[in-house]
Amino acid sequence: MTKKYFGGCDVGSTTGKAVILNESGNIIASTIVPSEIDPEETSVKALEAACAKVGDLASYKDIAYLVGTGYGRNEVAFANENISEISCHAMGTFSCAPAVKTIVDIGGQDVKTISLNGDGSVLEFAMNDKCAAGTGRFFEAMSRIFRMDLDEFSSLSLKANKIIPVTAQCSVFAESEVISLLARRNPPEEVAAGIQTAVSKRCFTLLKRIGMQPLVTVTGGCAKSKGLIKALTKTIGMEVTPLPVDPQIIGALGAAVFARRHQ
Amino acid sequence: MGSLTAKAYVMNEKGVLAGEIIRVRSTNIDSATNVMEKALARAKLRFSDLDACCSTGYGRYEIPFARMNMSEISCHGLGAFMADKSIRTVIDIGGQDCKVILIDGAGNVRDFIMNDKCAAGTGRSLEILARTIGVDLKKLGDLAVKSGKPINITNKCSIFMELEVLNHLYDRKRLKHIACGIADAVAKRVAALAKAIDIENNVCITGGVSKNPGVMRQLAYHMNTSFTLLPVDPQIIGALGAACYAMQALRVEAKT
Repeated sequence: MTKKYFGGCDVGSTTGKAVILNESGNIIASTIVPSEIDPEETSVKALEAACAKVGDLASYKDIAYLVGTGYGRNEVAFANENISEISCHAMGTFSCAPAVKTIVDIGGQDVKTISLNGDGSVLEFAMNDKCAAGTGRFFEAMSRIFRMDLDEFSSLSLKANKIIPVTAQCSVFAESEVISLLARRNPPEEVAAGIQTAVSKRCFTLLKRIGMQPLVTVTGGCAKSKGLIKALTKTIGMEVTPLPVDPQIIGALGAAVFARRHQ
Repeated sequence: MGSLTAKAYVMNEKGVLAGEIIRVRSTNIDSATNVMEKALARAKLRFSDLDACCSTGYGRYEIPFARMNMSEISCHGLGAFMADKSIRTVIDIGGQDCKVILIDGAGNVRDFIMNDKCAAGTGRSLEILARTIGVDLKKLGDLAVKSGKPINITNKCSIFMELEVLNHLYDRKRLKHIACGIADAVAKRVAALAKAIDIENNVCITGGVSKNPGVMRQLAYHMNTSFTLLPVDPQIIGALGAACYAMQALRVEAKT
């Protein structure tokens, strides 16, 4: 009998993610690809790249059950079903870290906080998708000002001895504020610490809306920002639990976990 | 002293002498001195001829030759009133903020509401989006009024609007419809702010964005009203109000 594989595909605004699980629920392949303008194309690219890593899976069309999620979830090629990214982030986190009760998901274009029930289902959530402040888009713009790539910018604030506050909430105004702070020869790492703290405060506001319960974790691409995690830990006064799986693929993982229920 | 431009206005008891607008320079002092020198030169005057100067705008505390300063809200209120006594509401759309100011029959501020937290609905948003479609800010308004079918921009954040506008460009929508959509997006944010306060007629628009015919047309449409055109450059109204305050102060001093 041939083996069965289950897939999850998370089509985000900035990247597309795919996860493939085997029958016992182990992650056997995962990929992250940059998003295309067309969400369907993004899903095909992510799925093809993931299938290429699995010997006996010739095409993503051979995946037994495929669940799409993310903002482009309606357009995931050959998906059997699509499920909201909120449910998928909850399930993905639960499947690898069942003790986590609260998630901050920082994506390219939105920020969500999610609280979990004991079975990995969503208890409550809050979201900012109206304003770019505190999203991946915001960090991209900021790293550009510092003439750094995102990775470099992420750890810049770790060296700071002090935090220079960045007061503007709007990304556009924050950009001008940061440019003038740097022009006045403030140490870049201290300005970066101010940026990370400002974003942490916005996350904290969203966290308070859903009643933050430990353990807290961060998912999405920005979870890899060491500077942000440090600032967030300080702002919320609680440890941020690292996940055993790449936090950027959690949405796709959750989708794949839902897919595997269709054994 | 605005965030993007500096304005100066010179007047005497009889009225206007000269006005000037410049793009801001590296420091507020530099901008203020430069714009005032230019306005004075137009009026064939020198700095030593200046009896009193009042500063306003966000850089108002740094002007060494100003003997006093007033908030831009007071100055826009009084300035618009001095330009046209029938004005009771001033909508000031500046480079970094937007204010709706209600004034009484003497030009005093009765109430106001302001957005300075979010770039949407300010000149800044307009500037970013004009750049996104590669149209000169000065030409955006003229292009916008050629269209009767603005594309609908649904996002409320300037950053997200930029991506939405780019998508419309990729879809090869007509540039004039996109330009009109940009003007419409800014107008919608301003109209939403104005809705939060009970405006009274007549209404005038001040600030740099008032020179954009596209935003003006779309704003009149969303507010379902018409605007009173001022006989003075609407971008210089704040400076005019400040000049009126300086003159009032001199009058009070002369009496005592």
